[in-house]
Amino acid sequence: MCLAVPGRILTIEETKDSRVGRVQFGGITRPVQLDFVPEARVGDYVVTHVGFAISRVDAEEAERTFRILRGMGLLEGEGPESRGESNEQDRAA
Amino acid sequence: MKYLDEYRDERIARALVAELHRRVTRPWVLMEICGGQTHTLMRYGIDELVPRQITLVHGPGCPVCVTPLEIIDKAIRIASKPEVIFVSYGDMLRVPGSESDLFRVKAAGGDVRVVYTPVEALKLARANPQRQVVFFGIGFETTAPANAMAVWQACREGLRNFSMLVSHVLVPPAIRLLLGSPHNRVQGFIAPGHVCTVMGYREYEALAREFHVPFVVGGFEPIDLLEAISMLVAQLEEGRVEVENQYARSVNREGNRPAQAIMQEVFEVCDRKWRGVGLIAQSGLRLRPEFAAYDAEKIFDVAEFSAEEPAECISAQVLQGLKKPVDCPAFGRRCKPESPLGAPMVSSEGACAAYYQYRRVATVS
Ligand code: SF4
Repeated sequence: MCLAVPGRILTIEETKDSRVGRVQFGGITRPVQLDFVPEARVGDYVVTHVGFAISRVDAEEAERTFRILRGMGLLEGEGPESRGESNEQDRAA
Repeated sequence: MKYLDEYRDERIARALVAELHRRVTRPWVLMEICGGQTHTLMRYGIDELVPRQITLVHGPGCPVCVTPLEIIDKAIRIASKPEVIFVSYGDMLRVPGSESDLFRVKAAGGDVRVVYTPVEALKLARANPQRQVVFFGIGFETTAPANAMAVWQACREGLRNFSMLVSHVLVPPAIRLLLGSPHNRVQGFIAPGHVCTVMGYREYEALAREFHVPFVVGGFEPIDLLEAISMLVAQLEEGRVEVENQYARSVNREGNRPAQAIMQEVFEVCDRKWRGVGLIAQSGLRLRPEFAAYDAEKIFDVAEFSAEEPAECISAQVLQGLKKPVDCPAFGRRCKPESPLGAPMVSSEGACAAYYQYRRVATVS
C-alpha cells in the first residue's frame, strides 16, 4: 500500500491550482500530481505514490551511496568485468 | 528502470550479505515496520540469506491489515446504497468485514470501483453529479497527503457529491505501543522509507531516545534492505543507538513540508482502533470539523458497529512481531488469500499473504 516508485518527468503542465507531470515508469507513462514537489523539473526523477509525487530523487545522494556499494560489489565479486549494469547506469544517467 | 534495477544487483547483494556475516557476533531481533519491506524480504528470500543469528520479525505496517472491522462494515453499508459510487484502492475489496466484503457488494450489483489515485475519484464525482461518490480514505502517512489533497480540492471546487470515509493510521504510536509492551523482543527497527519521505524522521529520534533502540530508515529494494539490516547490526554490535538514514535518495530529516501542510490543514489526530491490536491513543487521522461536509460517516450516518474478529486468527500477535504467520493454525489451511480469515492474508503486503506466496512449500505440507 505504501508502494511508491521512481519515474522520470517528461513534461509539466501548470494550471491555476495544480501541477501535473507526465511521468515515465519503465515502459509506461502516467499523469502524476507534482503539488508536493514544487522543486521538481523536467528530467528529474520523482518517487510517486497513489498518483502524487512525494519526493524528488536526490541524484547526488543516490550516486554517492551507490558508488560505495558498487565498489563493495566489485571487491567481493569476480573482478572488474561488468555484467552490463554499469553501462545501463551510464546510459540512464 | 533507474533507481530500481541497480538496487537489485546480485553481486552487491552478495557483498552486503558477506559483510553482515563478518559483522554479526550475537543474536539480534530486528523488525521491518512496513509491509512493502516485508514483501521484498520474502520475495527475495533475504530472511534466509542473512546470518542465522538475525531474526527478522514483521511489523504492523500494512494499512489494509490494520483497518478496523467496523470501518469495513461501514464501507459495506455505504457501498450498498443505490445512489452511491464507492471508490477504493483495490486491496480493500477482499478484506473481510464481519459478514461480507466489498467484493461481494460489487458482485451483488453495488457500484464499487477501484482506482489507483484519489484524483480519479474526484473525476468520477465531477462526471456524475447526480450520484454520491464516496472514497475510502485509508493508509499511513504516505497516503494521507494525497487523500487530504482530494478533500481540499473538492472543497475548493465546491463539489457537493464527494465525500471520504477516513480511516488513516500513524506509524509512531503503534511502535511506541510495541516498545512499551513487556513482551517486546525487537532490538532494532527498519523505519518505513515512504512514511519518512513524507514525515521525516524526527519522531523516530524521539522513540530511539525514549526506548534506547536504534532505527535505520530503509528503502524497499533488496539492496536497500540488506544495507539497512547491515547498518542496524553495526549499531547494535557497537552499542550505538541512533537514527540513521539508508534511504537518503528519497528521505530527509524534515520530510516533505508541502505534503505535511495539506495533511495538517485537512486532518487532525485522533484515537484509532487497529484491527487485531485494539485502540491506540492518538494513532489516527480524521477530517477536521471544517471539512465535516465531506465526511462520509456523518453524511451517511453509519451506526457504530462493534464486531468480533474470528477467534482463530492470531493477527494481533503477527502484527506485533510476537508470532510468525506459520505459527497460526489456520495458515494455509482454513485461511488462504482466496478465502482470508484475517486481513494480513488479504493484501500482498500482509505478512500472512507474503508467507503464503513465498514460503508455503516450506511451511505447509
Ligand atoms: S494466517 Fe489467517 S487466520 Fe492466521 S493470523 Fe494470518 S490472517 Fe489470521
